[in-house]
Amino acid sequence: MEKFLDYYSLAPVFQWIHALLCGVMPEALALCIEGLAVAVVIILLYAILAIVLIYMERKVCAFFQLRYGPMRVGKWGLLQVFADVLKILIKEIIRLKNSDHFLFDLAPYLVILASILTFSCLPWNNGAQILDFNIGIFFILAASSIEVLGILLAGWSSNNKYALIGAMRSGAMMISYEISLGMALITMVVLSGTMSISGIVESQANGWNLFKGHLPACIAFLVYLIAGNAEANRGPFDLAEAEQELTAGYHTEYSGMHFGFFYLAEYLNLFIVSGIAATVFLGGWMPLHVAGLSAFNGVMDLIPGFIWFFGKAFFIVFLLMWIKWTFPRLRIDQVLNLEWKYLIPICLFNLLLMVVLKVFGLVF
Amino acid sequence: MSNLAKYFNGIFEGVKSLLIGMRTSMRVFFRRKITEQYPENRKTLYISERFRGTLVMPHDENNQHKCIACGLCQMSCPNGTIKVTSATQETEDGKKKKYLVKYEYDLGSCIFCQLCVNVCPCNAIEFTNSFENAVFTRSKLVKQLNQEGSTCKAK
Repeated sequence: MEKFLDYYSLAPVFQWIHALLCGVMPEALALCIEGLAVAVVIILLYAILAIVLIYMERKVCAFFQLRYGPMRVGKWGLLQVFADVLKILIKEIIRLKNSDHFLFDLAPYLVILASILTFSCLPWNNGAQILDFNIGIFFILAASSIEVLGILLAGWSSNNKYALIGAMRSGAMMISYEISLGMALITMVVLSGTMSISGIVESQANGWNLFKGHLPACIAFLVYLIAGNAEANRGPFDLAEAEQELTAGYHTEYSGMHFGFFYLAEYLNLFIVSGIAATVFLGGWMPLHVAGLSAFNGVMDLIPGFIWFFGKAFFIVFLLMWIKWTFPRLRIDQVLNLEWKYLIPICLFNLLLMVVLKVFGLVF
Repeated sequence: MSNLAKYFNGIFEGVKSLLIGMRTSMRVFFRRKITEQYPENRKTLYISERFRGTLVMPHDENNQHKCIACGLCQMSCPNGTIKVTSATQETEDGKKKKYLVKYEYDLGSCIFCQLCVNVCPCNAIEFTNSFENAVFTRSKLVKQLNQEGSTCKAK
């Protein structure tokens, strides 16, 4: 077991780099430089993942609609998203005459800030976690709710009815679904016995939570997927945008890179929701182990942790895209009905069930 | 049915219908895509025989067409797209007979209504499905349909 927890750990590498830097400069400066390097890595990873996700979304959407998606720019349209990014970077950011300029400019940064904060909590690999402390799950929930503020401010400051209606719907929806999202995660915290992200991942060394927690874990997983989809503002819960009714909802009035921030955050939130689901339910960077098949387990151990993590996260991303391109959008009252009349009672019952099973030792 | 039973029944019915929807869309996901990759698939491209791409006057192996230069097509054309130039000659038995000198067709103003083809008494002209008609100047769209030195096929 001790050996297994060392599985492709990156911690020694980072310790070596830290020691090397401390050898030539004071520790404060070394920490500063390391912090900057980590920030650059996070932002780069964020941008690259956004490009990958946008490409994937366009392809998956096209395949569900019997099309090919982008095919012209580069082989299989691989350069299409790069071209789009380049275009959006050089577009003018238009400031409206009667909008609240300060809040209007602030809103996209709040949204992207919430997204990046949550993004840095994901466990990429053993020892390669950026933000990791004992209340990790609480931090994720708290940081992701900053996004609601950004969306509400965007809608309010735009001085546009479409934007305002979109923002209000989005606010009502996201605040409601945070409850069941939180409760689904708390259910799994009960199972793992810890709130720290790395602790949750390590507690799954002998089996993923989805299998360890059987029935309540599966219910929590389903509820989490539904609530997570709503949190990411994606169809069938894309009321905040609702192209046919509200043109583009809360970001109707945004242009250039400020629109780009909302767009990036939307796709990254999809990845973050999937990443957290992969962490909490599917064991993060832990490889798949079947008890008793040591040869199979040995082969699985050869695959590095970050490939496991990305594999699981992208599997759930695909699941969410599948849902998005299958179901039509719900009405606002249907959305709130689903949350308050169905998901919350199910979640409360599920939490109780999990506690009872855990107390009586009926989970693995 | 009591309200409670209705509530739980609603949940299971809902989940069931959602799963049916997801099964359907996953089947569509793996179906053959219907998008035509046009310039690349030129060799295998299928255009319906009835598609009206451009007007032609078929000639046989003896360089003979069927046009008797009656000018009905020119008269029926709503746009003045067709211009038939004819001349008369005397046949061996002393009758005067029209023959075709030049058959001009302006693809640029054709609306592909097929009136000319329908009105032709000899089936001398027809629409083909070749559709790649783009050129850089309008003058290139004016085409002469009868080939050089062609004659009318005797009935």
